[in-house]
Amino acid sequence: MGKLDLVMFEEEFTQLQEIIGRLQVDSSSKVVFLVDKNGQQIAASGDLRSIDATSLASLTAGNVAATDGLAKLIGEKEFSLLFHEGEKDNLHISIVGKRGILVVLFDHNSSLALVRLRVKKASRELQEIFEMVEKRAQSQSGESSKFESPFSEITDEDIDKLFGD
Amino acid sequence: MTFINYASREINCKIVYYGPGLCGKTTNIQWIHEQASPEKRGKLVSLATETDRTLFFDFLPLDMGMVKGFKVRFHLYTVPGQVFYDASRKLILRGCDGVIFVADSQRARLEANIESIANLATNLKDNGFDIRNIPYVLQLNKRDMPTSAPLGEMERLLRFRNEPMIEAVANKGTGVIETLKACARQILMDLQRN
Repeated sequence: MGKLDLVMFEEEFTQLQEIIGRLQVDSSSKVVFLVDKNGQQIAASGDLRSIDATSLASLTAGNVAATDGLAKLIGEKEFSLLFHEGEKDNLHISIVGKRGILVVLFDHNSSLALVRLRVKKASRELQEIFEMVEKRAQSQSGESSKFESPFSEITDEDIDKLFGD
Repeated sequence: MTFINYASREINCKIVYYGPGLCGKTTNIQWIHEQASPEKRGKLVSLATETDRTLFFDFLPLDMGMVKGFKVRFHLYTVPGQVFYDASRKLILRGCDGVIFVADSQRARLEANIESIANLATNLKDNGFDIRNIPYVLQLNKRDMPTSAPLGEMERLLRFRNEPMIEAVANKGTGVIETLKACARQILMDLQRN
């Protein structure tokens, strides 16, 4: 099957969180999200109270996927950057590595130029971590014995319980 | 592609409802949204046309509870069913963990069901999946319609891998949760195996 699960451990997660936390401060933005291309939020930083982060992640991925489709139609591999300008708030969306999307929400306290500059640096760092995660996933899929998954003992009762039976 | 986060102890799975136009994909997730308790469900996002036909997708996040100390979250997506939205359907299948095929039981829609399954197989393949081994459930919807085809005939035409087959009347909630559960079971058992 053509799928490799995305498994994130504490150490990598902390590193990602640190990078996007720094990006949020350095770019004077309101919120920064790191989203998976399949629509799942990986990490976030900033004032998240007023935002439905789950919907944002899913819609961003949909947006990027649709734009990818457009890119292919005109012979491009992808559009690595999307910018949405609003009356007060703006969204800067960029692709990180093969599977990440970096979303920066900012207002008049920042500028597109500053966000672009800071995103560039953060993207490089994020990409390194993604590559590390992927390498580990590949090596583990080859030698599964080393890694003891907590899900190896999921039972029918566990699943029934999820559905309140 | 399941996203397992050991730091926040979360498992995220993506389930896609597939099927021909007007078969009841959106109705399935609307019913789940209405029934789920507010602390379990997220916001239902619908990208629909003015006439409420799905344009890109519907999306509903569901917090299901805990398994082995991990919070299990399902992300439910529907695809637009009409034939000409094929590019969008393909995009939504990207990274899915399981597929629920919602078949329309009305006799007049039998051919549309068959075409849609063939389309699903192609689009899954383009995303690197194989319809023969991805977690998959067949839901026979609209069983209450007077024009619905007999169960045996639908099974013969649409069931191809001994997948769970569930009769449903989605607008009344019949079979909706059973369908989701059958898909969730396969996804979580896959996790166990992998």
